[in-house]
Amino acid sequence: MISTETREPAIRVQAITKSFKDLHVLRGVDFDVAAGSIFALLGSNGAGKTTLVRILSTLLKANTGTATVHGFDVSSAPGEVRRSISLTGQFAAIDDMLTGRENLVLVAKLRHMKNPGTIADDMLARFSLTDAGNRRAATYSGGMRRRLDIAMSLIGDPPIIFLDEPTTGLDPQARIEVWQTVKELAKGGTTVLLTTQYLDEAEQLADRIAILHNGRIIQNGTLAELKQLLPSAKIEYVEKQPTLEEVFLALVGDDAASAGEESR
Amino acid sequence: MTTHVLSDTGALTGRSLRHILRSPDTIITTAVTPVALMLLFVYVLGGAINTGSDESYINYMLPGILLITIASGIAYTAYRLFLDMQSGIFERFQSMPIPRPSVLWAHVLTSLVANLASIAIVTGVALLMGFRTGASVGAWLAVAGILILFTLALTWIAVIAGLSAKTIDGASAFSYPLIFLPFISSAFVPTDSMPAPVAWFAENQPVTSIVNTLRALFAQEPVGADIWIALAWCAGILVVAYASAVAIYRKKIS
Repeated sequence: MISTETREPAIRVQAITKSFKDLHVLRGVDFDVAAGSIFALLGSNGAGKTTLVRILSTLLKANTGTATVHGFDVSSAPGEVRRSISLTGQFAAIDDMLTGRENLVLVAKLRHMKNPGTIADDMLARFSLTDAGNRRAATYSGGMRRRLDIAMSLIGDPPIIFLDEPTTGLDPQARIEVWQTVKELAKGGTTVLLTTQYLDEAEQLADRIAILHNGRIIQNGTLAELKQLLPSAKIEYVEKQPTLEEVFLALVGDDAASAGEESR
Repeated sequence: MTTHVLSDTGALTGRSLRHILRSPDTIITTAVTPVALMLLFVYVLGGAINTGSDESYINYMLPGILLITIASGIAYTAYRLFLDMQSGIFERFQSMPIPRPSVLWAHVLTSLVANLASIAIVTGVALLMGFRTGASVGAWLAVAGILILFTLALTWIAVIAGLSAKTIDGASAFSYPLIFLPFISSAFVPTDSMPAPVAWFAENQPVTSIVNTLRALFAQEPVGADIWIALAWCAGILVVAYASAVAIYRKKIS
C-alpha cells in the first residue's frame, strides 16, 4: 500500500499565463519540480522568472492555468501554500531599522515558533552573523544582508523554498556561501526553486534546469540532457589559464568571509 | 488562522513601534508645528482675538491645536506604510501565513500610539503656557475617547494614501488639507466673525463640532448637540475610510 516512488511533485505548473495589459509575460508555462530537488529557472532579464515566482508564492494571480505547491492550489488554497513555502525575493526583504536578531525574532514569532530568541540565535550562528546580530540591518554589507534574508526564510523549516535571483549583486565569496546554503537545504530534503540569469549558477546547483524564454519553457532537463542538445563535445587543446575568480579567491583566501563582516 | 490575528498583529505592531522608538524625531516633528502655532496664537495674535468668552485664549484654542497635531501625525503613518510597500518586507509578509488585516492594523495601532504621544507632549507644553481645566476624570476620558476616534478616522485615510501613493511625497501630501481644516473652523476664532459663506462652511465641517465638544468638556460646560454631531462625523469618516482602505488593500494584494 505504501508507495514511496510515486511521491507527488512538490510544485506542478500547468499552462500558466499572465499578461499585464498588452504585455504577455507568461504564455503557457508547464513544469514539475520533484520533491527534494533543486530546480533552476534560467532566463534573461524580463523573461518572466519573477512573475512566475510571484504567482507560485501567492503574491500574484495567474490569468489562466493552474499551479499547485506542496499539493495545494495557489489560487484556491493560498493560506495552505503560504504555510508550506518561503520566498526570498530579488531584493533583501529585511527591516533595516531592526537589528539582525530582531528581524529573525519577528519572523519566528510570525511563524508561531516556540522560543523565538533561541531560534534567532541559532540562525545567527549558522549564518556567521552572531557578532553583527545586535547591529541594525541597515549597517550590513550586501552579503550579510542576503545571508540574513535567507536565514529569515528558513525559520520554521518550510518544505519548499523559492529563491528569486539569490546571488544577483553579490561578490564571489558571498555567492559561494549562498550556493553552499542551497546545497545543504536540498540535502536536508527541502525543495528549492531558484531563478537565475547566471548559467554557472544553474550548472553548479540544479538537478534540473528549465529555460524560460519569451514567456515559455523552451527546454527542461538535467544538465547532461541539455548538453546533449548540442553536437557532441569535440577535443581542443587550450591552455588552462586560471580564471579571475580562482585568482581572486586564492588571494583573499578564507579571510574574505570575515573581511565581509567589517566591510561596512 | 483567526487565533493568530491577535498575536500576529501584536508582533507586527511591536515592529513598527520599534521604528518610532528608533526615530523619535517623527514624534517630535509632529509636535513642533502645533507647539509653534500655539506660541504664535497665544503670544502674538491671541491678544487681538475676541473669542467672546471669559476663557483664556490658550484654553479656547487647545482643542484645535490637538486636532492639528493628529492631522500632521498621521502623515507619518502613510509614510511608514508606503516605505513598507516599497521594500521587500511587505512581500515577505504577504507570502507568509499571516492574517491579511494584521499588516494594516499594526500600522493603525502604531499610529494611535505615536499620535497619543505627540498629543501628550503638546498638552504638556500647553499646561506650561497656562492651559487650565477643572475637567473631571469622566470629561478627560470623553476627551481622550473623541481624540482616539478622530485619530482612527484620519489614520484610515492615511492608510488609503500610503497604499495608493506613487511617490513618497504623495504619501504625505494628503495631510495638508487636513492640517488646514481647523483654521476654517471655530478652532481659533468664533465662526460668527467670518463672512457668511465661510461661516457656513466652518459651521458645517467636522472640525467645528469636535472643537466645540472638546472645549465644552474642558470648560465643564454642557456639550449639547455638538458631541453627537462630532461623533457622527468621526464614525462616518472612520467607516468610509476603513471600507475604502480595505478595498484598496484587497485589490493590491490579489
